[in-house]
Amino acid sequence: MASVKADAGTISYREAVAEGIAREMRRDPAVVCLGEDIGAAGGVFKTTAGLFAEFGPQRIWDTPISEQAIVGAAMGAAMTGIRPVAEIMFSDFLACCWDYLANEIPKVRYMTGGQVTVPLVIRTANGGGLGFGAQHSQAVENWALTIPGLKIAAPSTPADVIGLMASAIRSDDPVVFFEHKGLFASKGLLPPEGHLVELGKAAVVREGTDVTLVALAYTVPIALAAAERLAAKGISTEVVDLRCLIPMDMTTVLASVAKTSRLVTVEENPHQAGWGATVVSVVVDEGFQLLDAPVRRVASANVPLPFADALEDEVMPTVDKVVAAAESVANF
Amino acid sequence: MEASLYRMVRLIRRFEERCVELVRSGDIIGGIHPYIGQEAIAAGVCAALRFDDIITSTHRGHGHVLAKGADPIRMLAELCGKVTGLNRGRGGSMHAADFSKGIFGANGIVGAGGAIATGAAWAFLRQGGGDKVAVSFFGDGAVSQGVLLEAMNLAALWKVPVLFVCENNGYATTLTVSESVAGTICGRASAFGIPSSTVDGMDAAVVFEAASAAVESARRGEGPAFLECLTYRFDAHHTWEHKARVRYRPAEEEVSGRLRDPVEIAGGRLDPAERESIDEAIEALLDEAVAFATTSPAPDPSTALDYLYGSAVLP
Repeated sequence: MASVKADAGTISYREAVAEGIAREMRRDPAVVCLGEDIGAAGGVFKTTAGLFAEFGPQRIWDTPISEQAIVGAAMGAAMTGIRPVAEIMFSDFLACCWDYLANEIPKVRYMTGGQVTVPLVIRTANGGGLGFGAQHSQAVENWALTIPGLKIAAPSTPADVIGLMASAIRSDDPVVFFEHKGLFASKGLLPPEGHLVELGKAAVVREGTDVTLVALAYTVPIALAAAERLAAKGISTEVVDLRCLIPMDMTTVLASVAKTSRLVTVEENPHQAGWGATVVSVVVDEGFQLLDAPVRRVASANVPLPFADALEDEVMPTVDKVVAAAESVANF
Repeated sequence: MEASLYRMVRLIRRFEERCVELVRSGDIIGGIHPYIGQEAIAAGVCAALRFDDIITSTHRGHGHVLAKGADPIRMLAELCGKVTGLNRGRGGSMHAADFSKGIFGANGIVGAGGAIATGAAWAFLRQGGGDKVAVSFFGDGAVSQGVLLEAMNLAALWKVPVLFVCENNGYATTLTVSESVAGTICGRASAFGIPSSTVDGMDAAVVFEAASAAVESARRGEGPAFLECLTYRFDAHHTWEHKARVRYRPAEEEVSGRLRDPVEIAGGRLDPAERESIDEAIEALLDEAVAFATTSPAPDPSTALDYLYGSAVLP
């Protein structure tokens, strides 16, 4: 067995990463992992703990600190038919191999007229809240959203980590898989073997009638906490966990807005060009008549993430900020 | 072997010359990076490869793509942006590919193919039992790209069957090697413990011999090898220079650099009658290619979004 040490029926988000990978590796010998410190060390976040012991050095490959070589080699391997799962330790480091994410991996299928697929997963630890400073904390899911040709998953629960990991590894298209550092310690239900969450299917994680909060990954628990507070104020809040940015499940979002007629996006990426802007643009374009109030976006401030926790709290989305935004549209 | 090497060198030369004409006539939009002068390298290296080996190529990639076995007719149609092209008109000169022939694509990003080829070679090792190799072609400009150094380090660490082929034509666009490369080109390979050699890149037979030795050692499991091929680019960095009149090479060098011509070197070893019959067959093939390319239909604009994803993206 891989890393599952949890009590019967529960698993942490951190353990779910290794469990999700292990399930696919048992199922498909073409799945291999590569990345920095993922082998015997089990990953700096322990998200690959147990994999090396179970699958050995022929399937779990430690790499030097060479983000371009990791992702470029994973691409070349994927085009021969194996299914690499490449880890980029911190999502900020995606910038070190951005050529492959922006120019190579997402373009090759299109550029070659569909000759090839790139069945590749790039996993990365994303987001702030842990005091790691500006180069190890940024939420960068919106970087990937600028690129046609990638798919993007960002789970908020252990069950979704496992279910989306299965879909990502089985996908013939490249998937950037954002694991949130702030969620690693959280626990949830251990899903049964074979659990699969389709890429591009949002989840309504709380039903409500007055306002829709659309959240992703770390902001899902923030939105749920805000919904509790709003309920005490008499505001019924629906929370949509987007789960993926590409494909983006606007059908579910629009259905929710049809119910509530009010929308707030809750994003951890910076406000400028954050994914909420895309959500809002589609709602305004396709669902303008559904809205009874202006839309609001709660996102991180347009600064590098500061170090001191007092400053970090100031610029990141918080329950207070979400409550205030939701109240403002509910009372509009 | 001499005849087949000559045939490929000559085919690439004439293909490129026809391309330059088609750029002038407007049939090839966007221009090309002509491979003229460097043909012996693609011909010699690819002659050492099997059908199931793979290559990554460069912005100056026509020669590699042809030498690895792509159909010149569909290749030319691709350069003309036609739906009958190798990539259905989605790629063009810098992205021509034919995965069915192990051609993992020309590539517009300098040095990027090094990591892709390393990864493919790593996968070959993993797939077990086979002895396929990967070859990454790149120019002297790429030896200053970080990704190539990362790839060489990884390839050596993991002992994967990849051959790095540096085509040293003396210029990274307009900058000379002496102005852009500190140390030596082969010194980069030595730093990673990768065996390297420098050979005459104007003689396809010499390149073939050196590449064969490197490829065979990779097949035996001895890890990566590095080949520096000395060559000279006879034409512009890009056909745009024909209009822009960028001047950076001394006139006397442009004359002396062309004195050793890969076509003449390879052709000089053949019986003149045999050479003539090869030449005639190539002209007939290229006439057919030009006719096919210029009369093929353009892609239907309604298909502009096709081929991005392997599976549907909209829920």
